[in-house]
Amino acid sequence: MAAIELRQLVKRFGGATILRDVSLSVEAGEFLTVVGPSGCGKSTLLKIIAGLEEQTSGEVLIDAQPADHLRPKARDIAMVFQSYALYPHLTVFDNLALPLRMRWLTPVERAPMIGRFVGSAARQRVAQAVHDTAAFLEISHLLDRKPGQLSGGQRQRVALGRALVRRPKAFLMDEPLSNLDAKLRVSMRHELAALHRRLGATFVYVTHDQSEAMTMSDRVAVMMDGALLQVDSPQAVYDRPSHRSVAEFIGSPAINVFPAHVEHGRMRADSVLLPSHWDVADNETVTVGIRPEGLTLKADAHGGWRGEVAHLENMGADLFVHVRTQLCDKAIVVRMPPQHGAGVKIGETVTVTRLASAVTLVFDRDGQRIDPRREILSEVVNA
Amino acid sequence: MPETAAILPARDVALPARFSPRPYRVAASESRHAVALVAPAVGLMLVLLFGPTAAALVISGTDWEFGAATARFVGFGNFRALAADPVFWKSLGNTLTYAAVVVPACVGGGLALALLIESRERFRAFYRTAHFLPVMSTLVAMAVVWQTLLHPTIGLVNQVFQLMGLEGRNWLREEGTALFALALIGIWQNLGYAMVLFMAGLKSIPRDLYHAAEIDGADSALDRFRTVTLPLLGPVVMFVLVMMAVRAFQLFETVHVLTKGGPNKSSEVLLHLIYVESFEFLRTGRGAALTVIYLAMVVGITLLLTRIIERRVHYA
Repeated sequence: MAAIELRQLVKRFGGATILRDVSLSVEAGEFLTVVGPSGCGKSTLLKIIAGLEEQTSGEVLIDAQPADHLRPKARDIAMVFQSYALYPHLTVFDNLALPLRMRWLTPVERAPMIGRFVGSAARQRVAQAVHDTAAFLEISHLLDRKPGQLSGGQRQRVALGRALVRRPKAFLMDEPLSNLDAKLRVSMRHELAALHRRLGATFVYVTHDQSEAMTMSDRVAVMMDGALLQVDSPQAVYDRPSHRSVAEFIGSPAINVFPAHVEHGRMRADSVLLPSHWDVADNETVTVGIRPEGLTLKADAHGGWRGEVAHLENMGADLFVHVRTQLCDKAIVVRMPPQHGAGVKIGETVTVTRLASAVTLVFDRDGQRIDPRREILSEVVNA
Repeated sequence: MPETAAILPARDVALPARFSPRPYRVAASESRHAVALVAPAVGLMLVLLFGPTAAALVISGTDWEFGAATARFVGFGNFRALAADPVFWKSLGNTLTYAAVVVPACVGGGLALALLIESRERFRAFYRTAHFLPVMSTLVAMAVVWQTLLHPTIGLVNQVFQLMGLEGRNWLREEGTALFALALIGIWQNLGYAMVLFMAGLKSIPRDLYHAAEIDGADSALDRFRTVTLPLLGPVVMFVLVMMAVRAFQLFETVHVLTKGGPNKSSEVLLHLIYVESFEFLRTGRGAALTVIYLAMVVGITLLLTRIIERRVHYA
């Protein structure tokens, strides 16, 4: 169990900047997820922590000790790869044993021929540790097989086993679930979270899937274009995204964003006036974000956005109504209980309106969130 | 007819057309097509591979001389004569010695070259091309170049030896050096071929595996080579080994151009001996017997290598 701290990491490949001044501190025993679209630099970040790649500038500290000069072996951090990266020619037993043999056996004991005759005590310890880990992950029956004979889920477990067999200081996981089918992915989400609780180890988990980030982690770090935009609890990232890109990335279906114009101190989106809780200069155009559950449909045509129902998605517990309005090019998504929306039909004209309780986010031209005025904020919090 | 009985009721079942069960008719027309498609290849193999092999087998049992109108069946007479012929044993030994030098050198050297070239981005294409050039060159023409290089008086090799204060030799004309001079040319020619095959193999190893090995504690290059590179290169190593062995047994051009098997048969090899027996002495029956032995050896060694290594090779 170790704390990991990154200070102003920059990584450049030729002319391209992959990481821009990334600072992040992961507490010992924390489950932190780095989430972002593909190509945002999150895998590179993980490789730099592991010591597989070198940063252009900045520092990596493990347990408050500078680790930049250390090889991956000395950093004592385990990594689970998206491809699992199991050794295809070795059995599951040997795959799990390899990290231990590399550490616990001397080069002579590892030598191809003579190794068999020396270091039997160390060999015994390795076997014991492998069997313990296999039992822990319930893969004991697979120990004699080779990775090619395993299903995706089993390979995933073996990859986890290889990571935790040597009880490392921290675990790095690079999209470990993305090669599994949807159902297995959901169940592995629970298992990984449970594993984290049982081990109490530090997890740095990288994914592009925001639902994985939201469901498993203590904190979420949202990364885009090589920069960390926000590091916060999942709920805070969802409710108070610091940036428009974060708001749009987190949440499914995505948040509704549309432009609003400020005139005479009042904010107007299309024909609808929004509460004036924000200090925005006159004649300024801002972006307003309201999540689908903050909107509803109403019968009369007043005080809302009129539009045509373009698409309906009934998820059983939720109904998503996509309404094409004058607000923006994209359809506005309204989330409601199916029984409330039972009569809604595609092609019908409806009125979309904001719920009184809706969290309304306002972003400036650069995409930064504008906080409501302080007295309004406390009012909202108290309510 | 049980077949029709099986088909008829099926017609009443309302199935989409593509599911209609007509296994026998399909099978019949399919097998006709299959025969038609395979026929050209089978025909060519019969004419070009099995036919000549069978002919060699038959001729090896006769005393036929090239161009002669008659031939007498002598059974294993040719083989018995070969067994008593020191030139045959000498050429067999030379062939094996040549292979024992060239094959390990090409496999080991090719792998080392491939690893070195792959380890750095710079000049990769240049090194690759430079080392592959001998493979693409015409060996007979290159043999002449080597002849000049190895020339006892004006050759570059001996001049370099002289500069270093060493005594040169008549490399291709001395019993002790002729075969090894040929082996050197063989290595020069085949190294690039092995290298290119290994480079292709190295490319197919996922980078993640090297990363995993490094995290698992394989800090040194040797450890990574042993845990990842070598095992994943297994099938390629086997292929290269077999290819190099077969090519070593095919040694002919340089012998023919440079030494004619001499001096005193010290660089005589099987394939060249076959040529000499068949087309210079016109003892076709004896040449055919040699051919049979040669074929049996090549097939035998290929099978042996495949058997031995296959047990230790992992195919992903």
